[in-house]
Amino acid sequence: MMPSLGRMVAILSMVGLILFCGQDWVAAADRPADAPPLSPVELALTQVASEDESVRDTAIRTLVEQGDASLLPQLEAIRANADRSIRQAIKPLMDSLKNRANLKSPSTDVRRSAATDLGSAGKAWAIPWLEAAAANEPNKWVRYTMEESAALLKLALDDQTIKAAAAEKLGELYSQNGVPAMKKLVAIGESAEATEPQKIVAKAAAEAIHRIETWGDWSNAIETFFRAMSLSSVLLIMSLGLAIVFGLMGVINMAHGELMMVGAYATFVTQEIFKAYLPPSMFESYFLTAMPVAFLTAAAFGLALEATVIRFLYGRPLETMLATWGVSLVLMQAARVYFGDLTAVIAPTWLSGGAQVMVGVYLPFNRIFIIGLSIICVLAIYLLLFRSSLGLRVRAVMQNRNMSSCLGIPTRKVDAYTFAFGSGLAGVAGWALTLVGNVDPGLGQNYIVDAFMVVVTGGVGKLAGTIVASLGIGGLNKLIEPSFGAVYGKVFILVLVILFLQWRPSGLFAMKGRNADS
Amino acid sequence: MEKKKPNEESSVVADKVDGSDAGPSRRELLVKGGKIVAGIGVASLLGNLGNWALSYAADKEPIKIGILHSLSGTMAISEVSLRDTVMMAVEEINAKGGVMGRMIKPVVVDPASNWDLFAEKAKQLLLQDKVSVTFGCWTSVSRKSVLPVFEKNNGLLFYPVQYEGEECSRNVFYTGAAPNQQAVPAVDYLMSKEGGGFTKFYLLGTDYVYPRTTNKILRAMLLAKKVPADSIMEEYTPFHHQDYQTICGKLKKFAAGGGAAVISTINGDSNVPFYKEFANQGLRAEDAPIMAFSVAEDELRGMDTSALVGHLAAWNYYQSVDTPQNKQFVANFKAYCKKNNLPDGDKRVTDDPIEAAYFGVYIWKQAVEKAASTEVDKVRKAVYGSKFMAPGGEIMMDAANHHTYRPVLIGEILADGQFKVVSRSKGLVKPEPWSEYTNPDKGCDWVGHQGTYQK
Repeated sequence: MMPSLGRMVAILSMVGLILFCGQDWVAAADRPADAPPLSPVELALTQVASEDESVRDTAIRTLVEQGDASLLPQLEAIRANADRSIRQAIKPLMDSLKNRANLKSPSTDVRRSAATDLGSAGKAWAIPWLEAAAANEPNKWVRYTMEESAALLKLALDDQTIKAAAAEKLGELYSQNGVPAMKKLVAIGESAEATEPQKIVAKAAAEAIHRIETWGDWSNAIETFFRAMSLSSVLLIMSLGLAIVFGLMGVINMAHGELMMVGAYATFVTQEIFKAYLPPSMFESYFLTAMPVAFLTAAAFGLALEATVIRFLYGRPLETMLATWGVSLVLMQAARVYFGDLTAVIAPTWLSGGAQVMVGVYLPFNRIFIIGLSIICVLAIYLLLFRSSLGLRVRAVMQNRNMSSCLGIPTRKVDAYTFAFGSGLAGVAGWALTLVGNVDPGLGQNYIVDAFMVVVTGGVGKLAGTIVASLGIGGLNKLIEPSFGAVYGKVFILVLVILFLQWRPSGLFAMKGRNADS
Repeated sequence: MEKKKPNEESSVVADKVDGSDAGPSRRELLVKGGKIVAGIGVASLLGNLGNWALSYAADKEPIKIGILHSLSGTMAISEVSLRDTVMMAVEEINAKGGVMGRMIKPVVVDPASNWDLFAEKAKQLLLQDKVSVTFGCWTSVSRKSVLPVFEKNNGLLFYPVQYEGEECSRNVFYTGAAPNQQAVPAVDYLMSKEGGGFTKFYLLGTDYVYPRTTNKILRAMLLAKKVPADSIMEEYTPFHHQDYQTICGKLKKFAAGGGAAVISTINGDSNVPFYKEFANQGLRAEDAPIMAFSVAEDELRGMDTSALVGHLAAWNYYQSVDTPQNKQFVANFKAYCKKNNLPDGDKRVTDDPIEAAYFGVYIWKQAVEKAASTEVDKVRKAVYGSKFMAPGGEIMMDAANHHTYRPVLIGEILADGQFKVVSRSKGLVKPEPWSEYTNPDKGCDWVGHQGTYQK
C-alpha cells in the first residue's frame, strides 16, 4: 500500500523528470510558493518510496551522500508502510546508514561487525566511509577488516586499474574473503574474449590467490595444532581424576562421569546463587568461585561413595564396576528429577569470544583457558604426589598396602583421601567443561568412555602415560578429522587404540618393578 | 440377570412335567400358566438386560489410550513434554464429558530411550492393555522400531514430530511436518532474495536416518536448482559429539566471501557445543546463519541462548504465534505443569511437537465421534480430511496420505529463547511424504491405492 501523498509526489516528479531533467528542483517548484523549500535530504525522504525506480535510486543516492543514522526512524516508518519491492530497495540503504554510524562505535566488536557488513553488502558508496574510518582506527584487527572490506568493494568496481590494485591489496591482507570473487576475475581473464586490462587484473588476482592460499595453509596448520592441543587438554582434564582413582587405586569407577556432572551442577548452582543473592556487578566472578565449590562438592560425593560402597569392594574390580555403574544411574536420574533441564551455565564475558593472533587464526578464550587449567592441574597433582608427605604415603599404600600398614600409615584414611581427591578433580573437570558443553544429566556418559580410553592407553598407574595418551589421541583425532570427518575420525581412533592395546596390553607406560598386588 | 435365568428354565421344566401327567383341560391351563411364567421370565430377563445396558452407560466404561514416550534416558528431556501434553489434552477432554460419553483412560509406559524396548512396550499396549490408539515416539529410529508392531496388530499411532518422510504406513498418522513442510521451504527461503539469497550450503547433521535422508533430499533439491555441487558440503557427527572445532574451522573457510548458510540437523546435546564453538570462533549469524530443524523452544530453554541469537529455525508452530487460541493453549499448558508439580512448572514452554501432540489427540477424538466407534479401521477413515482449530491455526488431515496440512514458519531465535517469525507460508502446505526431488515417481494414498504407489 502506498500513501497517496507519496504517489502524488512520485507522479509529479516523473513529470518533472521528463520536462526539466532535474527532479530536485522540479519537485520543489511544484510545491506552493509560500512553503519553505525542502532540503535535499527531506526531499529524498519523500521520494524514497517512489514506485519509479530511477527516482527512487536518485533519492537513495542523495540519502547515502548526505544522510546519517538520524534518518533511520523515518526510514523505518516509510518501510513499514511500503510494499515488498520498496522495502527491499530501502533495506540496504538503512543497513548502510546503520553500519556507517556503527563504524564510530566505542566497541571494537561493533566496529568490526559494521565493517564486515559494509564489505559484504557490496555497495560501492561505503568505500570512502571505510577508508576514512580505517585511517583513524586504533585497533589493528578492526583496521584490517575495514581495509579488507574497502578492497572487496573496490574489486567489484568497473575500473580495471582499481580492480587490479584491490586484488593486490587483498593479497597483501591474506584475505580469504576475497578468494571467491578473485577466482571469478581469473576465469574472466582466461576466457577467449578477455580484453588486455582484464588480463592484467586476472594476473594480479592469480598472484593474490596464490599468496592467500600459501598463507591459508600455514594458518590452517597452526589452527589444527591449537585444536589438537585443545582437544588433548579436554581429554586430559577428564581423565586426570580417573588416572588417580583407577590408575593408582585400581578402582574401576563407572560413576566417574557422574562426579563430573556433580561438578557441573555445582557450577550451575553457584551461578544461580550469585544471580539471586549478589549484586549483578559481581556476577562475572561466579565462575572462579565455582571452582572450589565444584571441587569440594565432588570430593564430598566421592568421600561418601568411598565410605558407603567402594571400601567394601577393594580388590574386587568386577563388583566395583557393577556397583559404581548402579550409583551412576541413580545419580543421573536424581539429577534429571531434581534439576530438570533448565540448567544453562552462562560463560563469563571474559571467557566468551576469542583472540585473533594473526590473519585467519582465531583462538577462543575458553579453549585457551582449559589448556592452561589442565597444565595447572597436572602440576598440582605432580607436586601433591611426588613432593609432599601425603603423596609419599599414597604411593606407598598403592605399592604395598600391607607393608605400609605395618609401618604405621593409616591405609584406610589414605584410601579415602585419595578417592576424594580423584573425585574432586572430576568435579573440576565438570566445572571447566561447562565452558564448551552442556550441563545435563547425561553429561557424564559422554565423557566416561574417552576418559577410560586415555587412562588405559596411557598405562594404568602412570601420570605421564595419561598425559602422553591424551596428547596422542587428541592430536591424531584432529589430524584425521579434517579429511575423514568426525564419525570416521572417531572410528579410526578406536580401532587404533584396540590395535595398540593388542600390541601393548599394559599401555604406553607399563608399571615396572615389584607390585605387591600383581 | 442370573437370578432370573433359573426361573425361566424351571417354568419350562414344570411345563413339560405337568403336560405328561395331567389332563388336557388342566394341561391347557398349565400350559397357559407356564407360558405366562415363561413370558414373565423372558420379560424380566430383557428388562434386566436393559437395566444392565443402562448401568453400563452410567459407568461409562473408559476408552484406553496408550502413551509411548521415553520418560528416562537420553530422549527424556524432549519426550516428557509430549507425555505431559497428551495428558493435558486427555484431562481437558474428560472434563468436558469424554468421547461419546466415555472417559479416556491413558496407559503410560516408559520405553526409556531404548529402541528395542519401544517395540516391546508397543506390543504390550496393543495386546495386553488393548488400547484404542497410541500417542508416541520421537526419534525416527523409535518409530521404525514400533512400525511392524502396529502394522501386524492393526494398531493406531499418532506420531507428532517432524521427520524425514519416505514412509506411508496404514497404521500411523503423522501430525508433524514432512520434508516438504520444513526442510525444503526453509532452504527455499534462504535462497530467496528476502531470505538473503544464499548460494552456498553446508549441510551438517548427527549421523542417523533423519539427517541423512533430509540432506539427501536437500542435495537433490539444490542440484535441481542449479547450485553447483562444490557449493554444497555435507558432514555428519556422531551422537553426543562435543568437539566442533574442526567443523567450525572448515565452516569459516567455506563461508569466506559470503553467501554461505548452514543447514543443521544436529540433534540433542550436540547443539550447545556447536553453537558455542561457532560464536567463539568469531563467526556471526550475519556471516553464515544456521538454519536448524531440531532446535525448538523446549530445547532452547535449557541453553545459554547468547550464542544462538539471530540464527534461524524452520517449524510449523511457535509459542510466539499470535492467535487467541494459542495464548489460551500456552497459558493452559503452563497452568497444567504448575498444577501437577511437573519440573520447572510455569516456566515450561510450548513448541511444534507439543502442539502436534496436542491436536493429534483432538483429531482422534473427532474421528472416534464421527465414526461412532473406536475400531481402528473406522477411525482411520474418519480421520481423512478432518479439520481442527489447533493452537497455531486451523490444520487439516490429508484426505488419503495420513499426513497433516500445516503452515510453514521460519523463525529467528531471540535472546529469551523464543522465535520471531520472519517468514510464513501462504496458507497450509500439502504434505508430501515422498519428496518430489528424490522420489518423484512415488506417492502415498490409502484411499485410491494401497499405501505407497508408483505414479
